[in-house]
Amino acid sequence: MKRLFWLAVGATGWLILSQAQDIGIDINRKGMRIPTIALPDFKGSGEAQAWMSAFNQTLASDVTSSGVVKVVPKTMYPLFVPQQPSDFGQAPVPNDNPRRRNEPPPPTSGGGRWMVDWSGPPANANYLASGYTAPQNGVLVLYGWLYDLSRANPAEAKVVEKRYLGSMDEAGARKVAHEFAADIVALFGGQSLFGTHIYFVSDRTGHKEIWQMDPDGKNQKQFTHYNSLTIEPAVSADGSKLTFTSYARGTPGIFVFSVDPVRDLRFYNQSASVNSSPSFSPDGKQIIYSSSSGKCCRIFLANLDGTGFHPISSLISIETEPKINPKTGREIVFSSGRSGPQQIYKMNMDGADMERLSDGTGEAANPAWHPDGQIIAYAWTRGYAAQQWNIFTMDVANKQYIQLTHGEGKNEQPNWAPDGRHLVFSSTRHGKYQIYSMLADGTQVQQLTTLGVNDRPVWGK
Amino acid sequence: MFSKQKITVIGIALLLAMFAAGCKKKAPPPPPPPPPRPADERPVPSNPNVGGPAPVIAQFTAEPTSIQRGQSSTLRWEISGNVTSVTIDQGIGAVQNVGSRRVFPSDSVTYTLTATGPGGNTTASAIVSVTSPMAPPPPNTGTGGAVPLDRRLETDLQDIYFDYDKTDIDGEARDTLNRDAQALKGILTDFPGSSIVLEGHCDERGSAEYNLGLGDRRASAAKDFLVQLGVPADRIKTISYGKERPQCGESTEACWQKNRRVHFSPGQ
Repeated sequence: MKRLFWLAVGATGWLILSQAQDIGIDINRKGMRIPTIALPDFKGSGEAQAWMSAFNQTLASDVTSSGVVKVVPKTMYPLFVPQQPSDFGQAPVPNDNPRRRNEPPPPTSGGGRWMVDWSGPPANANYLASGYTAPQNGVLVLYGWLYDLSRANPAEAKVVEKRYLGSMDEAGARKVAHEFAADIVALFGGQSLFGTHIYFVSDRTGHKEIWQMDPDGKNQKQFTHYNSLTIEPAVSADGSKLTFTSYARGTPGIFVFSVDPVRDLRFYNQSASVNSSPSFSPDGKQIIYSSSSGKCCRIFLANLDGTGFHPISSLISIETEPKINPKTGREIVFSSGRSGPQQIYKMNMDGADMERLSDGTGEAANPAWHPDGQIIAYAWTRGYAAQQWNIFTMDVANKQYIQLTHGEGKNEQPNWAPDGRHLVFSSTRHGKYQIYSMLADGTQVQQLTTLGVNDRPVWGK
Repeated sequence: MFSKQKITVIGIALLLAMFAAGCKKKAPPPPPPPPPRPADERPVPSNPNVGGPAPVIAQFTAEPTSIQRGQSSTLRWEISGNVTSVTIDQGIGAVQNVGSRRVFPSDSVTYTLTATGPGGNTTASAIVSVTSPMAPPPPNTGTGGAVPLDRRLETDLQDIYFDYDKTDIDGEARDTLNRDAQALKGILTDFPGSSIVLEGHCDERGSAEYNLGLGDRRASAAKDFLVQLGVPADRIKTISYGKERPQCGESTEACWQKNRRVHFSPGQ
């Protein structure tokens, strides 16, 4: 019976999702109310308490930034937080018998012990996530429950009831929080980004190098160590390889690396003063890039080791930032100065069917395909002064665009998360360039970096 | 030894059984009791070490670590934790927990800082090496060879500037480059075997990738111009820095103009 129910829920969810696909990236599920969730701070017994602030911060950040549920502010919560199902009490059924004199009136609230305390005002939550952590045999155990508050009693309300195991340290606490959040988010049609990586350029060592971090900005690690000028990272669709441009050997040249283990895969650079802006073909077997061979700059396609290179575009202007459609593998978006100031264009893999996508106003750059191969995100100065970039998305088929940022500093270099719902980008909204993530409707902006100057983020699996 | 292993094996088996059971919905083992409430009353951290840990020397450095005789170096220190006294040897004596002191050693010396607290002593050392002053360089004869190449490029050559999003060499840039060509020929004669790099730079408008291309076009336009005027092509290299190395950091037209340039630097 239970299974049947979940099948039905799954099927409905799939229908909703497939409809959402037709109208682009519909973060808000127009016409549908986003469910609300109460997410009180979890506590840990004994030693586990030490890492609970990291745990709670991670859980809240993952659930909030998913965009599939709305977290009810903590000030709305009742004082008592049920840590396990047995902490719930049953609200009394109101009876019509007249009260006897001196008998106290029945309590109107369980203070948090009744499900209605969470589903009713002021919390008005549809769901409650609660539980606790405890050290057990040297392992950090999270007992996590998610209750659907529309059900009759706690036993029926449990839609997630699971335990999660992590190491007895902060990393373990963050891991179980990520995993529990992934289960919650999945229930509402979201996809956890835990385990994906963002690569970016940072000058914090005094030289621009490629760095990597988790989607929440944690675990920032240096990837390259050239002590040169290393820029323009791009990641393969499967997340296993990285390509970038570096001045490590003099003039700007392309490098291709495997990610795990970190190893130089030896890309052969054709003779040119600039080989730059590389990215992968969808199958990860070719590199598309911009080269000044002859004269700057045409789009070239080469094998993963740099052999077999050949030009795709003809020499008209400076053409760069080529990105192959990840879904079809048949068209390329790129930026070019062929009609004056830099604009975004589209062409086929053989250079035919050239078409300008941006309308020629301002400057447009940094095109990045959505995983669905229908929408691009890009930076545009349209409507603002020179160099005042904002992030836009565009449906490539009909050139309809949506502006996501609105002049809070310069906003550039958008790149999609593997879930197609989040974007990472660079912005000067708080001073120097730093890396931010947001939902594809421009909400839930989170700053991910603070040290040095950081830009050019790309989001890989 | 044997029994220890056995216990471990049994322990792991039990653990596995517990986790396996946890996967099934039917009979979850009772979780351990949740932490006592109100949990807001956190336990006061108790230190097992009587008297607390030894003081921590957060910093003890000499800057610079290498001086010429007669110059000074500055010692800086910062001690945290439970401290009763801090001393530095070499005649300095007792000092505050945080401070700095200029020293004028006449020979290389190692300073040792000792921080004492109820928890014990901690020491750290900083070395200042002293060298004799360098002999003065030979008098400059004024011939080309004595002035290094990078100085000559700075004094004899002028950067050329470009219009927004343009790579044409015209007007003022043309005159400048004509003078640069004559000077370059002289420099290349004075420094046989040297090569010159033309760096192409851009303002911040347009994407970084696009500017890498624009800088390349500017540098190669300047090179073509110089080669036409008889500067040997094999002695000139080009490199584009796009907008990666701006001379001026503000978002103003005045600043942008300064950054749209070709600059001369010595080759490797």
